[in-house]
Amino acid sequence: MQRFSGVDYYALDELLTPEQRLIQRTVREFVENEALPVIEAYHAREEFPRHLIPRMAELGLFGANLQGYGCAGLDNIAYGLICQELERGDSGLRSMVSVQGSLCMYPIYAFGSEEQKQRWLPKMAKGEVIGCFGLTEPDHGSDPGGMETKARRDGSHWVIQGTKRWITNGTLAHLALIWAKTPDGIRGFLVETDRPGFSARDIKGKFSLRASVTSELILDDVRVPEANMLPGAEGLRGPFSCLTQARYGIVWGALGAAMACYHTALEYAKTRHQFERPIAGYQLVQQKLVFMLSEITKGQLLAYRLGQLKDQGKLRPQQVSLAKRNNVYQALQIARLARDILGANGIVSEYPVIRHMLNLETVNTYEGTFDMHTLIVGRDITGLDAIR
Amino acid sequence: MKILVTVKRVPDPNATIRVKPDGTGIVTDNLKYVVNPFDEIAIEEALRIKEKGGGAEVVLVSIGAKVAQEQLRTGLAMGADRAILVVAEQDLDPLGVARILQKIVEQEKPDLVLMGKQAIDDDANQTGQMLAALLQWPQATFASKKESLESEAEKNGLPGIQMANGKAQVVREVDGGLETIEVPLPAVVTVDLRLNIPRYASLPGIMKARKKELKEIPVAELGIDVTPKLRVLRLEPPPKRKAGRKVSSVQELVHLLHTEAKVI
Ligand SMILES: Cc1cc2nc3c(=O)[nH]c(=O)nc-3n(C[C@H](O)[C@H](O)[C@H](O)COP(=O)(O)OP(=O)(O)OC[C@H]3O[C@@H](n4cnc5c(N)ncnc54)[C@H](O)[C@@H]3O)c2cc1C
Ligand SMILES: Cc1cc2nc3c(=O)[nH]c(=O)nc-3n(C[C@H](O)[C@H](O)[C@H](O)COP(=O)(O)OP(=O)(O)OC[C@H]3O[C@@H](n4cnc5c(N)ncnc54)[C@H](O)[C@@H]3O)c2cc1C
Repeated sequence: MQRFSGVDYYALDELLTPEQRLIQRTVREFVENEALPVIEAYHAREEFPRHLIPRMAELGLFGANLQGYGCAGLDNIAYGLICQELERGDSGLRSMVSVQGSLCMYPIYAFGSEEQKQRWLPKMAKGEVIGCFGLTEPDHGSDPGGMETKARRDGSHWVIQGTKRWITNGTLAHLALIWAKTPDGIRGFLVETDRPGFSARDIKGKFSLRASVTSELILDDVRVPEANMLPGAEGLRGPFSCLTQARYGIVWGALGAAMACYHTALEYAKTRHQFERPIAGYQLVQQKLVFMLSEITKGQLLAYRLGQLKDQGKLRPQQVSLAKRNNVYQALQIARLARDILGANGIVSEYPVIRHMLNLETVNTYEGTFDMHTLIVGRDITGLDAIR
Repeated sequence: MKILVTVKRVPDPNATIRVKPDGTGIVTDNLKYVVNPFDEIAIEEALRIKEKGGGAEVVLVSIGAKVAQEQLRTGLAMGADRAILVVAEQDLDPLGVARILQKIVEQEKPDLVLMGKQAIDDDANQTGQMLAALLQWPQATFASKKESLESEAEKNGLPGIQMANGKAQVVREVDGGLETIEVPLPAVVTVDLRLNIPRYASLPGIMKARKKELKEIPVAELGIDVTPKLRVLRLEPPPKRKAGRKVSSVQELVHLLHTEAKVI
């Protein structure tokens, strides 16, 4: 098959700086040479390819859009391109970077004390400390405000009690950022996972995001010092602003998965003959391919503009909702069409399509479901809240 | 020790190349460009000599349009120290390029010039040899190494070219095997595919490259005649591959290989 060399119908490449192009190429080659040859095997075993963590750190992929503390200090379009290229490999790779960078390093960077930043960020950038983000609970997903995990004060310590579920990297993590209710509202706590009372176990039997670890965390009266609380995050604003960061990455990431599916379907259709002609020559197949390309192209422009707004500090979370909703939804449609074009070959692991298709079901749900983002934008434009 | 490494801007080998209908060149709209893959290997080797082979200053040189800055920045992001761009918007042939490089070598006085054995766009495989002849320097072409690209030495980033006592030991790829030769420095060495696996530019490296020196020299300033002696008459795309065919038995395959393909 023709090697992947990007999907760029509108020459978006010309809008990129030479550095952004170089970053994209670095990540693309990393994915092509080091991740793609092994990803199917890890997907089959329901494991994350842990040996890639030091390589990802060496390349500077963790917390890449943060400044200082050993982070690469990139702009947000470069960061988006990283997510896109990683997810072209597998949503699990992008999830690793999203969780480590946007959901763990970012809150420490934005809401942490100087001491917390010095202590954790350089080690997290090096991949020596892996983080996880504990917001969702068994009974509280879309409505995290209802969370039952509690933290109570005991002298100079906090004592945390509760269960978190669906937590990416839970059993890999050295550090868990746990959101818990205190008498003064929701606060974030940095919990070293070797503290007594902390335990984690993996959720098995997933059909989606198999090359990523998803866990349940149990906090049974885990004691952490006062200094482990993030001083700058009060209420749901804290976790929500992390989610805005991560969702921004997903806007680009979903395009990567879509590009992998489109590329595979296009190459397949050009060489697959039925009724004595390549199936790419039939109108119905062309219609599917053109739909895919046009949705990818629209999604790219949307992501690029979002990146500009983010770099200018003008980004509104509702704008991210619109793009997350759209790009993930369209990526899922594209994956399903690609699967269809591959016929029976669309259901086997020899081709990446079914893996992406299944992964995207998670991407559609986590970081705010498709419907929740619809309701967020709906509330924004009508002024009427349809969520409660 | 100073190593000069040549860097050419070439179309991405993964891109689909289309020939213009009139055969005067290739379609360049929306075409992506990269560092010539052989030059990337040369940069990697220079960096390994710098890091693990006794230290060196690594200077990159490219010749071409201003946009070739991007390929030099790639090399700087990999870890080279500084770069020179000889700005020449016109077409050049290998001899013209070798003449320009001769001037740059006279200015920079490197101990070693490392070059790709060829550029993947026009596959000339001449420039290194011509440069060595113009400089009257020894040359070692098609540098390779004994260790495989899966070996420990490769994983540890050890250089394949050994530099000691004013000499370079180079393992060359020749028909049917490897030949080890020694050349006194300064010398020109061209590299082959199996010398190393080039690193990717890391993200912090890309940011650092921003601040590294990239000097531009207009080709006219060098005062040499670079009028091409070589003219491309016509380009043609390779013939389309015919679709494969299924055969029902080994006997039929052997028969067809004999009667139709005439290869056995
Ligand atoms: C593989 C994976 C990894 C994850 N990683 C993490 C992680 O690292 N950290 C973390 O904290 N969480 C993580 N999550 C959890 C994820 O964020 C939640 O699954 C998500 O927020 C949805 O919550 P839920 O599953 O409880 O679904 P629910 O909230 O129960 O939603 C079920 C359905 O009801 C709909 N719905 C809910 N409320 C409304 C409403 N008001 N109006 C209309 N429809 C509504 C939803 O849109 C959805 O369709 C992960 C999930 C998965 C699958
Ligand atoms: C799990 C599984 C079990 C199966 N079991 C059996 C079985 O027991 N016995 C058996 O005989 N087969 C079986 N099949 C094969 C199945 O019937 C074929 O996969 C199906 O007929 C499609 O053929 P294909 O996979 O070769 O796809 P293709 O025919 O190559 O089709 C690929 C794509 O091209 C489209 N296409 C093809 N021709 C045209 C056209 N003229 N115009 C527009 N679009 C076109 C198709 O709609 C599809 O989207 C099985 C398949 C699977 C996945």
